[in-house]
Amino acid sequence: MIVVLIGVVYVLVSESSLAIKKFGVLHFLVSTDWDPVKEVFGAATNIYGTFLTTVLSLLFAIPVAIGIAIFVTEIAPNFLKGPIGIAIELLAAIPSIIYRMWGLFTLSPIMGDYIEPLLKKVTANLPLLEVLFRGTPMGIDILTASTILSIMIIPFTASISRDAFNLTPSIVKESAYALGATRWEVVKNIVIPYSKLGVFGGIVLSLGRALGETMAVAFVLGNNHRITSSLLDAAATITVTLANEFTEADKDVYLSSLFYLALVLFVMSFITLAIAKFFLLRAERRFSR
Amino acid sequence: MTRETIRKIEGFVALLLSTLAALLGLFWLVFILGDVLVHGIKALNLGLFMNDPTPPGIVGGGLRSAFIGQLLITITATLIGVPIGVLGGTFLAEYARGTKIAHLISVLSDIMVSVPSIVIGTFIYAVLVKPVGHFNGWAGAVALSIIMVPVVLRTTEDMLTLVPWTLREAAFALGAPYHKVIIQVVYRGAATGILTGILLSIARVAGETAPLLFTSFNNSFFSANMNEPVASLTVTIFQYAMGPYDDWHAQAWAASFVVTMVILLLTIAGRLIIRWRYK
Repeated sequence: MIVVLIGVVYVLVSESSLAIKKFGVLHFLVSTDWDPVKEVFGAATNIYGTFLTTVLSLLFAIPVAIGIAIFVTEIAPNFLKGPIGIAIELLAAIPSIIYRMWGLFTLSPIMGDYIEPLLKKVTANLPLLEVLFRGTPMGIDILTASTILSIMIIPFTASISRDAFNLTPSIVKESAYALGATRWEVVKNIVIPYSKLGVFGGIVLSLGRALGETMAVAFVLGNNHRITSSLLDAAATITVTLANEFTEADKDVYLSSLFYLALVLFVMSFITLAIAKFFLLRAERRFSR
Repeated sequence: MTRETIRKIEGFVALLLSTLAALLGLFWLVFILGDVLVHGIKALNLGLFMNDPTPPGIVGGGLRSAFIGQLLITITATLIGVPIGVLGGTFLAEYARGTKIAHLISVLSDIMVSVPSIVIGTFIYAVLVKPVGHFNGWAGAVALSIIMVPVVLRTTEDMLTLVPWTLREAAFALGAPYHKVIIQVVYRGAATGILTGILLSIARVAGETAPLLFTSFNNSFFSANMNEPVASLTVTIFQYAMGPYDDWHAQAWAASFVVTMVILLLTIAGRLIIRWRYK
């Protein structure tokens, strides 16, 4: 395992050394140029796209996921708990390529025809929000991609939050009920404070997942190396760029820059996942005492 | 309004919202599965499994090469990944139990489980495709096995840890050497758990596209030669969905249907085994 890990890092570094030498570390990260013809490459547009879709999808996913976890642990009658848990886990098992088929052929027309024009109409008179929804609603854009991503990460966040909620000792909950607290007050004041480390770890873990998702967003995002403020524009993420351009890269510098991108992605996701692991381990340790 | 009513209303609204959230989750599942089902069954026929792809526009093309290729790659990946994973897990849970290195490795493999699979693809491209000079099936299988190993390793470790230590001591007392104890006592106790882990890891890699994209690539002709580019269902879906032809889209839906069903069956089988064994 360690050998493979070190191997991955070593190979990525050595393959991208050409690009590292040519563009430098800091310059590569902040440069917005991505021009295969002139052989000038910078990662900023990709990082921006990755970051934006990830954050947006987390914004959509977290409330829903925590809602599901609360429902499964506190509200649902016992005979429903099992089936709903399994259904959520099945949602996690569907391969990302299926999400992509579905996103491309089913979701993106719906988004383009109905939801996005509606959003435009609603926000047209609001000065700040209007910037977000500028441009033609096409269905192939950041908003659709984030929606699909959020559907994909809901199961991860939900099942980890559920496990964390289940760690709350029932005697504490019962004491709160005995004091006359309503069910929501128990969740809000007892369960969530008890399990916040675990839930937080779960959220960071899903962040790591969302960073690396490629296939689900590869088509609905378009591939556009530009920084844009509108959610209705196409954009590029690191993974999408890799998937679309890797087999087409004809020059050494081009290929090397793509390896460099992969390295950046690897480091980013490794750090996020390590943080998540750290929180989860701490949460576990607190309760095993 | 009294304080009490406010509290009750607040509680009701919050619980209603989380119930809605659960329904939303179920809604997506039904929506996606239903969509794949409807489109997939429409395009499903026997020719899909029996024929090779034809040029677009000519009726009667199938995806035989992709089915065979996917099977070959997945089986090879399983053959490489499972022994390494099981042996590694055994090492962690038995020989290195409680040491710092074991802890480090299991944390690292937890992280590796979630590392973007496309990065693994680029890594294998550099190691196995570039030196050879062309895309080949072995590279795809190795890429998938790298994704598989951490999953199998972690489940094996967990399952072996669940086997009570006293059971091993009983076997030691009969004079059995450690490797005999592991094979004849510990593995028997943990067999179903390990099997479940293997099933789940196969389900995981069967749906992977990203690492195959730059490794085994695709091949529209029938080929069982792992030294050549090999077609796979997932990459075929990737290409057909992008294509402009309606019959390509239909075949992509049919392929998605098959992949989804296989993976869901594997997953459900895994869960059922866990339930049946640990209840």
